[in-house]
Amino acid sequence: MPPSIISETVKNQAVKLNAASDVVMIRQAVRALAVEIGMNLVDQTKIITAASELARNAVIHGGGGDATLEIVRDAANRLGLRLSFEDRGPGIADIQRAMTDGYTTGTGLGLGLGGARRLSSEFHIQSAPEQGTKVTILKWKG
Amino acid sequence: MPSKLASLIEQHESELLDEWLEHQKRALGSAAQRISDGQMRTASQRLLGALRMTLQAHGPEAAAKDPALLQVLDAVSHERVAQGFSPSETAVFVFSLKEALYDRLQKEFGNDAAAFSKETWDVTRLLDNMGLYTFETYQKSRDDIIRRQQQELLELSTPVMELWDGILALPLIGTLDSGRTQIVMQNLLDAVVAKNADLAIIDITGVPTVDTLVAQHLLKTVSAARLMGTDCIISGIRPQIAQTIIHLGVELQGVVTKASLSGAFAYALEHRKMSIVKNSGIAT
Repeated sequence: MPPSIISETVKNQAVKLNAASDVVMIRQAVRALAVEIGMNLVDQTKIITAASELARNAVIHGGGGDATLEIVRDAANRLGLRLSFEDRGPGIADIQRAMTDGYTTGTGLGLGLGGARRLSSEFHIQSAPEQGTKVTILKWKG
Repeated sequence: MPSKLASLIEQHESELLDEWLEHQKRALGSAAQRISDGQMRTASQRLLGALRMTLQAHGPEAAAKDPALLQVLDAVSHERVAQGFSPSETAVFVFSLKEALYDRLQKEFGNDAAAFSKETWDVTRLLDNMGLYTFETYQKSRDDIIRRQQQELLELSTPVMELWDGILALPLIGTLDSGRTQIVMQNLLDAVVAKNADLAIIDITGVPTVDTLVAQHLLKTVSAARLMGTDCIISGIRPQIAQTIIHLGVELQGVVTKASLSGAFAYALEHRKMSIVKNSGIAT
């Protein structure tokens, strides 16, 4: 599926990701934005959970980074949340493998990346060894 | 050599105090309303007195390290934190004394340029150090408050209750980060031993987000309890949490889950071959 055409960024918020406590901050910030655009409870929970996974990845595997949280609108006047998480960590050599459920280089369940993809409307990952990792997800309202 | 600064303060203590209070009020602006004139005067009077005694005893070089003076500064900083002043508003308390002393020095040594610049330098250095100390103390009091609240939160939010003989309930509330999860697990396992429980209900109604890390912590807690011979039921799985867990791909196989605590309790009673019956009205 080609990525949606965003016609406008309504709101833009930058959050630093340095410590595990920032993951909590991200969840609260995403919740506030999801409530602001009137997302239903199930979608709110999905996008918050996806954000939680990606923010934690950036902190634990990427050694910290930056998150950008946006409220976006498409040509059909549909509102959504676009979240991107960028770290300056070691990067991912084999993205295919990293996306596989159950594969982990850490101590987690190895479901974070795949889970975040399934919880979002759109998912985009960009990474290379020594280049850091950037994951962008989008969830439309309704 | 006796400190000129000390004798200056001694001779003009009450005028200095009034001038200093004026400077403080001007610098604080509307924030000055948070504190009564009397409180401000008492605090200022104490500090000015302590400063004079310190200068008389140690001279301006060592004054900023005198414990008696630092104690007064500590007390003032704690008071200001409690009254809701910002760090810079707290530092204003000390820095505004600089202006008052400067005016005084100019009147006294205005004609003697060498003495004036030496005394001004002493005052500046001393009060800068005092101001920085106030700032640090302010920060420390804030940190103490935060640490205490964190500690209180840890203790508050992880009770283990006995619902019935051998049936425990553990209601979880808030964020399940790794620090708290360890306490939760410890509390549960301790209670399992203490109450000789064979069933424990972990209720996650109060956990807003269940991501893979939270799920992993829950599964570990369940496994640890099982090793001790206690079966766990996870309750409070709301519709949105259920859908999220499915999308994440987390397997809760082998763990009994229920939507509500009452559902879990009913299951637990059934498991124990017990049931709750309505009293038919026959007196026993």
